[in-house]
Amino acid sequence: MKTRAMKFVKRLLAAALFAPVVAMAAGAALHLDKAPVSTDPAALQNGAKVFVNYCLNCHAASFVRYNRLKDIGLSEDLIKDNLLFTADKIGEQMKIAMTRDNGKLWFGAPPPDLTLVARARASGDGSGADWLYTYLRQFYRDPSRPTGWNNKVFENVGMPHVLWELQGDQVAHVEEKDDGHGGMRKEVSLELSKPGTQTAAEYDKTVADLVSFMVWMGEPMAESRKNIGTFVLLFLAGLFVLSYLLKKNFWKDIH
Amino acid sequence: MTTKSQALLNWVDERFPLTSTWKAHLSEYYAPKNFNFWYFFGSLALMVLVIQIVTGIFLVMHYKPDASLNASGVPVAFAAVEYIMRDVPGGWLIRYMHSTGASAFFVVVYLHMFRGMLYGSYRKPRELIWLFGVGIFLALMAEAFMGYLLPWGQMSFWGAQVIVNLFSAIPVIGPDLALVIRGDFVVSDATLNRFFSFHVIAVPLVLIGLVLAHIVALHEVGSNNPDGVEIKKKKDANGIPLDGIPFHPYYTVKDIVGVVGFLFVFSAVLFFAPEGGGYFLEYNNFLPADPLVTPPHIAPVWYFTPFYSLLRAVTYPLFGLDAKFWGVIAMGAGVVIFAFLPWLDRSPVKSIRYKGPIFKTALVLFVIIFFILGYLGVQPPDNGGIKDRTTQICSVLYFAFFLLMPFYSKMDKCKAEPERVTS
Repeated sequence: MKTRAMKFVKRLLAAALFAPVVAMAAGAALHLDKAPVSTDPAALQNGAKVFVNYCLNCHAASFVRYNRLKDIGLSEDLIKDNLLFTADKIGEQMKIAMTRDNGKLWFGAPPPDLTLVARARASGDGSGADWLYTYLRQFYRDPSRPTGWNNKVFENVGMPHVLWELQGDQVAHVEEKDDGHGGMRKEVSLELSKPGTQTAAEYDKTVADLVSFMVWMGEPMAESRKNIGTFVLLFLAGLFVLSYLLKKNFWKDIH
Repeated sequence: MTTKSQALLNWVDERFPLTSTWKAHLSEYYAPKNFNFWYFFGSLALMVLVIQIVTGIFLVMHYKPDASLNASGVPVAFAAVEYIMRDVPGGWLIRYMHSTGASAFFVVVYLHMFRGMLYGSYRKPRELIWLFGVGIFLALMAEAFMGYLLPWGQMSFWGAQVIVNLFSAIPVIGPDLALVIRGDFVVSDATLNRFFSFHVIAVPLVLIGLVLAHIVALHEVGSNNPDGVEIKKKKDANGIPLDGIPFHPYYTVKDIVGVVGFLFVFSAVLFFAPEGGGYFLEYNNFLPADPLVTPPHIAPVWYFTPFYSLLRAVTYPLFGLDAKFWGVIAMGAGVVIFAFLPWLDRSPVKSIRYKGPIFKTALVLFVIIFFILGYLGVQPPDNGGIKDRTTQICSVLYFAFFLLMPFYSKMDKCKAEPERVTS
């Protein structure tokens, strides 16, 4: 009789395990590069530097307090001397001076708050980090756009290529290809036309650090969450053994 | 027991049925001795309810149901959730317990319901237990739906917009009804505040009341078991069922094992994958609600998707009424039809162990269909393509499982039930 119930469990499990596989296969419209996300303090600190210098003028990170950066190994003095540009006190949040109305006027849409962008940009195509890592490396020159820039991942984006002096200029080669369903598909390939101050490998590392910082910023407690989780699971595993032995002892007379 | 504590207990018992209640519901409540794995989910559902209530109490201390924008242009309600996640000590843990708990509640309740279907727990004399249970399921869906609006993210907002708009498809009263639910012409601050009120006060009260009724009714008639035979039919000289054992301590110690096992899985999700791959916390919900930007694809949270598929399956207008209205009817019927199971099942035996091949096949198919409908519910519709057709076929089969049950359960070749429970 037990085998029959077990069969049901197995069928249920099979169906439950199968569903996400199907879900993954159904999506996939964007090709995203896998972001090498790091939790190394040096990478996160470099990411914080890039973020504060290049992003935190148009974009806010209005849920992140400056003193939270102590979590990635920075001292209060280091934060005050090097990163505290948009606020007076270290307990304040990363806000910006630009109003939303001006942002809308100047860019077509107010630049979004970036606190949670690494979580919000996740999709069936990849993690939010993958999206950001690909997006920040695929700007190209496009004279038809008001900013002079376009992006392969986010077409006609309102944001100009803020990191252009690091990466240099890319140009796009557009090829029309048969999509196999009787239509034509635009295929954009990018080529570096004018080098920046960093090599391609250095630039990839800069973006990787920046993206790692944004991932950290999206959930600063993520690492301690996992650390605590490990202890919780170990405790529960021990408790499970004890509770099972207790049950067995109580039930020894029941047949 | 020392005489002093005995004296205190006597003093209480003369004024309040403490000892008699303890005996009636725990130490002298006789449960069948052959409960298996499937019988953990009732006590687990009760525990998840407690987790949700306790974490909810602490979340309300810091959450603000306010749709207006703060100085940074972020809605106050959305910012309040991030404040809990970042600035409230231990806030992230409480919040993840609550958000993971919502999904866990449905996992546990779905398995609990499936147990009832496996062993015919809804059959006479347990019809009322089952009806209270369906009531709990309905209240739980309302609770989850309204709670999902509170983080005030994009999916909160647009999910509520889509679902509340469904009510406007009801003839005559529909538009006014949708207006009353929203308290405004669109989902707005008024909606957020009334959903908050319902989520933290009204629906939990109803839930707790129904859970009490569910347990009282259960303890009145006694528990079913995997064999589906009544243990009260065979009693010893003292009137105690031969196959019964006192709930306390036997099932209290056994349920502790279930609770710890459940907490292990629950904690694994909570601490290592609180987003549940975008199914427990949808990615789009990390964007604040924006009434001017409609997301490209609005999908309900996973636990609603089988019923959402039933809604989308209806694409034909009928009797001069919009297809949307019939979709709403199909979705509602898909939930409420569970309440009729006690009278749809005409099988001479209760448990799947003694039911015939037709019922077994039907139940397996039903589970598969439920999963397919759930999967298709998160997918964007494909305008009459293979997915939409599959949704429609599965929806018909979903209702056929229930509506044809009086026939196939009666003609099925069942085995004879044993006299006593098997171990």
